[in-house]
Amino acid sequence: MSSSERGKRQKQRKVLLMGRSGAGKSSMRSIIFSNYVAKDVRRLGATVDVEHSNIKFMGNLMLNLWDCGGQDAFVESYLTNQRSHVFTSVAVLIFVFDISSSEPAADLLSFASTIRALHEFSPNSKVFVLFHKMDLIPSVEQKTTVFRDRAAEVRNTCEAEGFVPGQVDFSATSIWDQSLYRAWTQVIYFLVPNAATIEAMLQKLADILDAKELFLYERTTCLIVTHVSRGPENPYPDRFERLSSILKSHKHSMAKHTGVMASEVSFAEMQIKTGAFMFFITRLTENTNIAVVMPSNEGAFNVARINVQLARKEFAHLDIVEKKGKEVQRVPKEDLEALSD
Amino acid sequence: MRTLFSDKIHAPCSPAAELRPDPFELPFQSSLHSSRSASVVNNWLTQQFQNELPSTNETSYTHGAPNPLPPMRRKANPRFVFMGMRRCGKSSVQKVVVQKLPPADSLYLEPTYKVEHATMHGSFLHFESAEIPTQLPVLSPSYDHASIFSNIGAVIWIIDSQDEYFSSISELLRTAVFLAKNYPSINLDVFIHKTDGLSEEYKYDTFREVRQRVQDELSDVGYGHRSISYYQTSIFDHSIFEAMSKVVQKLLPQLPSLETLLTKLCATCRIQKAYLFDTVSKIYIATDASPTLLKDYEVCSDYVDVIVDIKQLYGWQEQVGAPSTSPPQQQEQQEEDEQRQNSSDAGLIGESIVTYDKTGDGYMFAREVNDSLSLICIMGKGSSVEKRVLIDYNVDVFVDAVVKIFQV
Repeated sequence: MSSSERGKRQKQRKVLLMGRSGAGKSSMRSIIFSNYVAKDVRRLGATVDVEHSNIKFMGNLMLNLWDCGGQDAFVESYLTNQRSHVFTSVAVLIFVFDISSSEPAADLLSFASTIRALHEFSPNSKVFVLFHKMDLIPSVEQKTTVFRDRAAEVRNTCEAEGFVPGQVDFSATSIWDQSLYRAWTQVIYFLVPNAATIEAMLQKLADILDAKELFLYERTTCLIVTHVSRGPENPYPDRFERLSSILKSHKHSMAKHTGVMASEVSFAEMQIKTGAFMFFITRLTENTNIAVVMPSNEGAFNVARINVQLARKEFAHLDIVEKKGKEVQRVPKEDLEALSD
Repeated sequence: MRTLFSDKIHAPCSPAAELRPDPFELPFQSSLHSSRSASVVNNWLTQQFQNELPSTNETSYTHGAPNPLPPMRRKANPRFVFMGMRRCGKSSVQKVVVQKLPPADSLYLEPTYKVEHATMHGSFLHFESAEIPTQLPVLSPSYDHASIFSNIGAVIWIIDSQDEYFSSISELLRTAVFLAKNYPSINLDVFIHKTDGLSEEYKYDTFREVRQRVQDELSDVGYGHRSISYYQTSIFDHSIFEAMSKVVQKLLPQLPSLETLLTKLCATCRIQKAYLFDTVSKIYIATDASPTLLKDYEVCSDYVDVIVDIKQLYGWQEQVGAPSTSPPQQQEQQEEDEQRQNSSDAGLIGESIVTYDKTGDGYMFAREVNDSLSLICIMGKGSSVEKRVLIDYNVDVFVDAVVKIFQV
């Protein structure tokens, strides 16, 4: 019993989403997890207290996302009477800065007190700092300088509060382009517990299929969990977040066309064949899809499609192995353990 | 071949016209009206004249007014100009449609003070557009209006529906009368623009009012027979592309043949809706005869986006090529390259298919006709994936026919 409870807790990764009021926390959450399109977020009201959401990610990762309302009164209460409740066993803190904020000093102050509390209760957690609403800065040069200056400020604050540099990551984001996906892909990659195992298996699959690239993405969020590449380096290093964004907008367009909820839409298969490459996406596990990019060859392409179907079993197996090894959840396994005890 | 044309074909500007087999180079006006035929490939010549009749949709009507000017030759590319009052969105439309500016960035555009030309590069149609700033007195007799209007196919008048539009209507009327007098062969299309954010009802009222007013006033001055098409547009959704598609289609001599082909294809393969897309501009140059819904266009257009984007991300090896080879091997390499070129040319025809879990047995597929032209089909219920072989065959035949139409 106790082991299963512990398993559950380990499986759930607590993610805090914080930042001052109006920074765009709920907007980005709605876009990534609730199938909102960027212009719909205008309708969102202020978040009251904490909104919890659980997102199942892969077979064995449950994101326990705490969207913490950013109004000063709430923040005050997180830092005082709810302090231990909010900041215990946090895996990741995502702190959102509004880059166009009129009171940057107050933002930084709020950030400092937040990570002080975090350091107190979860010193090993990872901090992702997002400078949001970058689209409001018109020129590219300005974007880089503003980002660099703000990142330096925040980095100093983090070090002053006892976080080592590797624990903190900075990204510039905007809901109007794919930068949001880039930031969240980093978060997810950090959280997926068996990324290395999955990567090894994908690598094996890629070798078998002779594919140029494989990537695995979560179906509802379209966030790319992991990828393997073979052969020459692709000149588009930002291709994954672009793909996330492409797949997401395709999903919206299909939802609009068929009149079903965006969360319901999922394609069985998508194929794109050209002279230069062949590409397909299909289901891999319960809530992930796999995309395969391979050289142009009709025969190899069809074989690859069958191989991926066959590989599904292996990946389902992977989820269970992980559960057996780390976190016991399924009833039959527990029974087995009980018997062996 | 020549017997098919009336005498008017020998346009004054170019006596060599009839020697050039490019269908785009054919004369603009003709008195020949042939009947619609289904066996299109052979009869393309007769059919293209049907296009001289303005297409019959609910907002435009045909007339048989005699043409006072000698017929003009139209250049290969569809050309049009944008006109309208200041701040009505001419630059935005041109930038968004022709130059692929993200719609949100159009907020930062500066006012235009001289005629701005734009050309769509890499697209199938290579259409060219120009924007006429409001303050330019193009209609005054002293202005060299021939430089602007002499070889264009359509004038697009843009009306800001969120603003006071009566002054725009009176300007539009002046332009319409001017065109009817001097350039009767130019199509006039009216975009009732910036309809995003307006309520359905208000949108429709504005649309009707503008149409009614323009039509009434034109009849009063004796040009009621001029066919003008009206569209509700916004750069923030697909409506601008849909409207532009219809404008461009009216300038295409091959349209009837393409439409007939598509309709036949749809009937034989149980395709719900098929579009022939200009991949780069996302303007569709033809669709089948079934009712056209904006919804269908949107989903196809988004699908084209997906394919184009993914192709861009992974099709990069084409450009990288293999230029680094030592001289002795060059000859061999070249041959190899050629071979590869040939084989990849054969395999270059891209295709794509998306099947869905929960939406019944409908699916979508795309097929490239060439680099910049694709056929996008929404399959209806009852054409299961098992029938793909037949459908593929039919589509092959269709693609061949389309290629022939544009080659002749």
